[in-house]
Amino acid sequence: MDGIFNFQVISDNFVYFMIGRFPQGPLGGLGLTVYLAVVSCILSFFGGLILGLLSISKRAWIRQPVSLFINIVRGMPLLMVIFWMYFLLPAVMGGTVPENHTVIMGLTLFTSAYMSQIVRAGIESIPRGQTEAAISTGLRQWQVMVFIILPQALRNMIPSFVNQFVSLIKDTSLAFIVGVSELTHVSTQINNRTMAYPTEIFAFIALVYFVLCYMFTTFSRWLEERLAWRKAI
Amino acid sequence: MLNYQFDWSVVTSGKYFEWLVSGFKVTLELSALGIVMAFVVGLVIAVMRMSHFRPVRWIAVAYLEFFRNTPLLVQIFFWYFGSYKILPQAVNDWLTSTNFEFAAAVIALTIYTSAFIAEDIRSGILAIPKEQMEAARSAGFSYLRAMQYIILPQAVRITVPPLIGQFLNLAKNSSLAMTIGVMELTYQARQVESYTFKGFEAFTAATLVYLGISVAITAMVHQYNVRVLNPQRA
Repeated sequence: MDGIFNFQVISDNFVYFMIGRFPQGPLGGLGLTVYLAVVSCILSFFGGLILGLLSISKRAWIRQPVSLFINIVRGMPLLMVIFWMYFLLPAVMGGTVPENHTVIMGLTLFTSAYMSQIVRAGIESIPRGQTEAAISTGLRQWQVMVFIILPQALRNMIPSFVNQFVSLIKDTSLAFIVGVSELTHVSTQINNRTMAYPTEIFAFIALVYFVLCYMFTTFSRWLEERLAWRKAI
Repeated sequence: MLNYQFDWSVVTSGKYFEWLVSGFKVTLELSALGIVMAFVVGLVIAVMRMSHFRPVRWIAVAYLEFFRNTPLLVQIFFWYFGSYKILPQAVNDWLTSTNFEFAAAVIALTIYTSAFIAEDIRSGILAIPKEQMEAARSAGFSYLRAMQYIILPQAVRITVPPLIGQFLNLAKNSSLAMTIGVMELTYQARQVESYTFKGFEAFTAATLVYLGISVAITAMVHQYNVRVLNPQRA
């Protein structure tokens, strides 16, 4: 152990770590990490909602293929999903697809599959009496779902969604593999350029990710406690 | 896409098939080694997390929160590129004399997974009524002995299904080891793609293997639940 740490490399490249070449060039670094996570999170919320609703459909010809699809995605490593996207999207879209979009599509598909499970569990946790009562007041099936079940179920799901967002922040690091210049990619660049400070660089970005993720983990725990408290009265 | 010529023989026989098989073996090695080590570390952290001595508990909490809230990829890079500055020279010499990529991947996967396993074990321990601990203590067991002989054997039994689940996560997460050049399944699938341009076949083969692992593990959890946890329902 030589014990010589030099954190000069962090302060010298701090702006590059945070926003990449922005505003002269495209957004990179931590900024791009957050952007990828937020966009994928919003898209996977809707993806998860749709898949979740389809997976509890009463019609078997809808429910079974959707459940199979969800299980296939959940059985794959995220890296594999990103490679599939990288490989299939240009063929399907008929042209080159920007790496950012490839990664967002991969993250969205992967996270939607996990979110659909949260949505399903959330909907199933609402007592059946609610559905029966709503139907007997004359609401249609879809109205029961949209106006009675989902508003209650979604509220209970919020902490789990926040946890998924934390996973997404961590998962954006895989964008590195297709050359998207988010935080991890930027750090490997700086590491390749400076050569001598890998310990400092990777410890620093680990800390950056930690601060970001831990904030949301704490937020999710606080929400969970608050929801539990609300239910208790 | 329409005029793509499928050629499944690329991945079902010959050299490229052997590459994929060797990749599958490395994936299994990483996962098996990782899950055993992660279980041991996770057990220690879980017991530390429940200690009545505050500094020990804080160390465990810091460990859990830090490694759970940091991307695995960054942890892999840290151990692969940056660990030489914080490890003793003797350990560095030993690591570089072995397969260092593989060792770094195992260390990173072990530490990352152990943080999740520790929480699973902790919920298992918390599920054991605390009267068991009180009874053991009043029978004259020390805290650690009571844990060892009374609490943990029961807790581990109900922790087996989530542990098997963690093994599945580990098998999937081990794909990240390709980024530092460990020739596991995803790495080999990529290799086959770049050598043959048969990406669709190569990725399908790798995906099917991962799905096979996943189906096998889900079936194992189901069998365990039926046979061990609820034998009367079988």
